[in-house]
Amino acid sequence: MIAETGLAALWLAAMLAGAQLVFAWMAVARGAEPAQRLIRPIAVAQGVLTCGAMALLILLFLRSDMSVYLVAANSHSLKPLLYKFAGAWGNHEGSMLLWVAVISASGAAVALFERGLDKRTHYATLGAQAAISLGFYAFLLLASNPFARLNPPVEDGQGLNPLLQDPGLAFHPPTLYLGYVGLSVAFSFAVGALLTREVNARFAKAVRPWVLAAWILLTFGITAGSYWAYYELGWGGWWFWDPVENASLMPWLAATALFHSASVLAARDALRAWTVMLAVIAFAMSMVGTFLVRSGILTSVHAFAVDPTRGTFILALLGLYIGGALALFALRVHTVNEGARFEPVSREAMLVLNNLLLCVILALVLIGTLYPLLTEMMGVRVSVGPPYFNAVIGPLTIALMAVLVVGPLLRWRKDDPKAMVRRTTPAMIAAALALIAVIALSAGAIGWLSALGFAAAAAVALASLLPLWKRNLLRTPLYTWGMVVAHLGCAVSLAGMASESAFSQERLAAARPGEKFELAGYTVAFDHVLPIAGPNWTAMEATLTVSRNGRVIGTAKPQSRFFADPPTPTNESVQMTRLGGQLYLVLGDQLEAGRWQLRIWWKPFVTFIWAGGGLIALGGALALIGRIRRERRHKAAPKPARERFA
Amino acid sequence: MRRLLPLMLVCAAPAFAQTALPPAPYADRQLEDPAQEAKATALMHTIRCLTCQSQSIADSNASMASDMRSEIRERIKRGEEPEHIRAWLIERYGDWISYKPTAEPILWPLWAAPALLLGAGGVLAWKRIRHKRKGSA
Repeated sequence: MIAETGLAALWLAAMLAGAQLVFAWMAVARGAEPAQRLIRPIAVAQGVLTCGAMALLILLFLRSDMSVYLVAANSHSLKPLLYKFAGAWGNHEGSMLLWVAVISASGAAVALFERGLDKRTHYATLGAQAAISLGFYAFLLLASNPFARLNPPVEDGQGLNPLLQDPGLAFHPPTLYLGYVGLSVAFSFAVGALLTREVNARFAKAVRPWVLAAWILLTFGITAGSYWAYYELGWGGWWFWDPVENASLMPWLAATALFHSASVLAARDALRAWTVMLAVIAFAMSMVGTFLVRSGILTSVHAFAVDPTRGTFILALLGLYIGGALALFALRVHTVNEGARFEPVSREAMLVLNNLLLCVILALVLIGTLYPLLTEMMGVRVSVGPPYFNAVIGPLTIALMAVLVVGPLLRWRKDDPKAMVRRTTPAMIAAALALIAVIALSAGAIGWLSALGFAAAAAVALASLLPLWKRNLLRTPLYTWGMVVAHLGCAVSLAGMASESAFSQERLAAARPGEKFELAGYTVAFDHVLPIAGPNWTAMEATLTVSRNGRVIGTAKPQSRFFADPPTPTNESVQMTRLGGQLYLVLGDQLEAGRWQLRIWWKPFVTFIWAGGGLIALGGALALIGRIRRERRHKAAPKPARERFA
Repeated sequence: MRRLLPLMLVCAAPAFAQTALPPAPYADRQLEDPAQEAKATALMHTIRCLTCQSQSIADSNASMASDMRSEIRERIKRGEEPEHIRAWLIERYGDWISYKPTAEPILWPLWAAPALLLGAGGVLAWKRIRHKRKGSA
């Protein structure tokens, strides 16, 4: 009954989405009163129903109901409870249900909490959100039903991929999806504002918190995913320019550009058309990402041939929504004038540069990801990987950081070029000092990109703090703190990346128990290897005693695990975090004559990469809270104050 | 982390089976000369693991990746240049094996893209700003 109830809830939600679309049209086009009153309750009911369906699917997984196809194919009764729970979205149908649940839940949130928009635009926005949901309901119900029964039921399931059996699965996909799909709200706002011709500062102020919220979750999801890949794959890499990673990076880049340009629109009433365009692009990138991942077109081109319905379906939705939005944009763009003017030396101009660089980076990631597909159509198989992406995106990132140094130190509308030079001098000095220091430290043996990375990190770190200079820190608005923290996070993350790529050390060995290895001042003693068993795996576990200057600092127990359902070996690496970096220890396969593969890395300041990501997300959260509090206060005492940009 | 799934399916099973085979001598053993090892590692990071999904042979447990790592280290040890080894690999397995796009004409647009995009975007942005300045004068 649970599965049937879930399916019924989905059909009902789909019908409500249809009603929401019709009512929104009636409310906007004709100003129909009853329709206006009904839209918001319908949006909320739709959100409740799909979240209920998601909860029912989780329940089916928790009960290991093997009469449901999805559970049988992806779960196992002996799996730990956490992975039964999170396993509900560790597969195609479940993750699409999560996607739909998030879309309709964010629609419900817009219905419940959005107060800044004018009424007609609000209805139009909810109508657009319903239109998006409808397409994905159709996809779910017609091409990927998560509640399909299996007759006869099987004895037990096929289990979950052991690499996914990690606490990371419980929070990484949901946060990433919330971010991905949260951008649908920005899209709906943009469509709504175009329909009612209300693209203005009020629209930007209303859309900004939604974009920020989605962006925070994306930042967090990408950072967590990167760390997960780093410790789970066992080779010390933290970013692979893999198509699926790129699929999450592209919406993030677009969202970053979007809330920066929305800030210009909110504060200065400039960049109107561009902001609307970016809102469309941001959600388009979410859908492109979903299409790339869900259709399997990139990881294996042949998956398309195996199940062409799904890929074609998402591609059709992509074409419909993005094509529709762009057509609407083309029809209405003449009604959107560009708004206020500004000079080449101004904060607006720097934010234009920020948007330009972010969009070029985004386009290159997209081109690089799709290029192998294009050449394959012409009969040539090529690979576009890290050497390309690092070579083109590295320098652009350094340029973006240079803009980040200058931008926040400039005034709106018009600033004095001499003052610009004066204010950025400390940061330039910091960059020069950092450059000299790393070149001296590495005795010249450092790649130019890593060296520039250090220089940019130093400049950004200093410049990010300058907006606080000579200010009363207690009276500085929370959203200014948010900007400072997020920009500082960029510097921290960049320093970690540069340090990891320039100064990592590696030791690979065919080790016999009793042997000792030296790396970066640490001594790793390989004591012994013992068998060990877990709830659904067996393993060989090595005991490694790590010491520095003759003093033991800890014991690491990396494992070479073997899972039974499905039969898969994994390496459970161990990271020992020290003040100056991380020691990364892996036990590989057994070799001849009692030897074992042992892989040891010393990665100086590698944790900065994710700490910086965390700071960026935290900065976003501070800015979001600051904005919401300010809106509240304004509502209490409305006054036409010109907004200060954070 | 869906990237892990296909990777495991394809790479993991051979990796486990590999224990029974005679191991390639330099699959997971570094070269004695650090400069040579650095060259070999840099090359390995740009060679695709043929039996995996989107992994370089430097990040893979697959047995074929181990064999290739060993082959690359042995060739570097014999004094071969990395780009020479890459050319040999491409000749043997096709362009697909190299993550570093080659200079084939079909890849020219890929290398031209950054300059074209920056140029076009820059001109557009500059026009907007200049247009506005004129308008305000």
